[in-house]
Amino acid sequence: MSQTALQVDDLVVRYGVFCAVDQVSFSVAAGQVTALVGPNGAGKTSTIEVCTGLRMPFSGSVRLFGRPPTELAARARIGVMLQLGGLYPTAKPMEWLTYLARLYSDPADPGTLLRSLGIDPKTKTATRRMSGGEQQRVKLAAALLPQPDLLFLDEPTAGLDPAARRDLLAALSTLSSEGAAIVLTTHQLADVEEIADFVLVLAAGHLVASGTVAELVGAGNTMSFRATAGLDLSTLAKALGAGFEIREARPGQYLVNGLTSPQLLADITKWCAANGVQATEIRSGARTLEDIVIEATRGQK
Amino acid sequence: MTTSWARTRAHTGWELRLLLRNGEQLLLVFIIPAVLVVALGLTKFVSGGIDSAIPRVLTISILATCFTSLAIATGFERRSGALRFLATTPLTRVNLLTGKALATAIVTSLSVLVVLALGGFLGWRSGGSWPLALLIALLGIFTFASWGLFLAGALRAEAVLAVANGAFLALILFGGIIISPAQLPVGMGSVIKFLPSAALADGLTVALAGPTTSVELLLPACLLAVWGAAGALLARHYFRWE
Repeated sequence: MSQTALQVDDLVVRYGVFCAVDQVSFSVAAGQVTALVGPNGAGKTSTIEVCTGLRMPFSGSVRLFGRPPTELAARARIGVMLQLGGLYPTAKPMEWLTYLARLYSDPADPGTLLRSLGIDPKTKTATRRMSGGEQQRVKLAAALLPQPDLLFLDEPTAGLDPAARRDLLAALSTLSSEGAAIVLTTHQLADVEEIADFVLVLAAGHLVASGTVAELVGAGNTMSFRATAGLDLSTLAKALGAGFEIREARPGQYLVNGLTSPQLLADITKWCAANGVQATEIRSGARTLEDIVIEATRGQK
Repeated sequence: MTTSWARTRAHTGWELRLLLRNGEQLLLVFIIPAVLVVALGLTKFVSGGIDSAIPRVLTISILATCFTSLAIATGFERRSGALRFLATTPLTRVNLLTGKALATAIVTSLSVLVVLALGGFLGWRSGGSWPLALLIALLGIFTFASWGLFLAGALRAEAVLAVANGAFLALILFGGIIISPAQLPVGMGSVIKFLPSAALADGLTVALAGPTTSVELLLPACLLAVWGAAGALLARHYFRWE
């Protein structure tokens, strides 16, 4: 059984009378990437703040490797990338990381780390004069510096260009494959679909849905594709045979309910080719993660 | 895991590095006191010439470094989220505050050395007690640093900037540093002599002027200790990392 890196039980966070997080529980195993998603004000950042020891919970408990987040032994094993700030504006990236490295017993090499994230270690530019994307990368380097067993990332891809975003996701995948647990919050649901092993959907402080991406989008029993609206689906039903229900859920969006398999995908594309149908998107699952999040959070607003 | 002392040393070095290359801080900590030594030492703006000027400028040095400079730097560290990030690292609150205190003490020492060297160049010689002067100076450092951290930890960065600079000027001009409380109207002077700035200036003046006894320094020392304890309690209660 894999080790539990993070255990959150019945977490409640209050700001005065306002309840930001209400009875949220979850756990994250070593090597697992867990995404916290939800609209603004859902309680994602408050949850991260308690998990990183920045805020005390109103009630409930958080344990990092079995220890409270404020304990030094726990803090030495985590890396944190804050959503807002976290840099000394007048500091250069290399001197900032060199200083931070002196706080840890087995840090990564600051120069190598910066170079791997596309920042020149010899740059004389202070972080306040860097672009938003460069600042994000320096913050990520600071989070990765301790070679953490548990990494918290609050909106890590915000402000990154597509290439930098891709590099970051690749770096996170590598890190998780090496055994680090990762907890990230993001509004970029494409990122979640790409790297998250588990998704927690928060809305108005409540955990309203959770599961793997495949479980959430119902990938086990539905395929969907987009094409011209109003297609005659009787020929598709005949081509697929018994055991499938086919319907046009919305104009141009078609759902095929039944046991999904590579053969089903082949049959759908074969039917499209035979009937001159240009399918623009074929996916496993009836809905996108975005649909799920919007639907799950609608009632909570 | 790294030792607590190693982390404190790392943070002391970091604070020194940032402070000693910040132009505004250098102006406040070194240039203004140096200019004041020359200006007050060579003019008759304060009675007593250079002998009277040196303790007053030392007070200004301590005020500038431990209160104004520390408050402004810490206030902007809070605003940038840097302190918040550091709170997630193995750097503890004690490491951070000790590192700041050591860096501030080192910079204050450098500032004091500049003032004393310039004073010596202008003919000043102390006939007083260096250990007692050091004791009063340490109490002054503690007092103003605690109030600087309280201010930095409780207000927004822009408010810290305004209040720290405003208080710096007000205390220099009307806080019993340049103008002794004895020279002020009776009602005003009797209030101002209880301010920490007046207590520090008076204490250093007595300690450095000539043969003195601990009893003469009792009131300034007690005043500084009380102000320092109050500032430390307020800082402890109201200091926020973000």
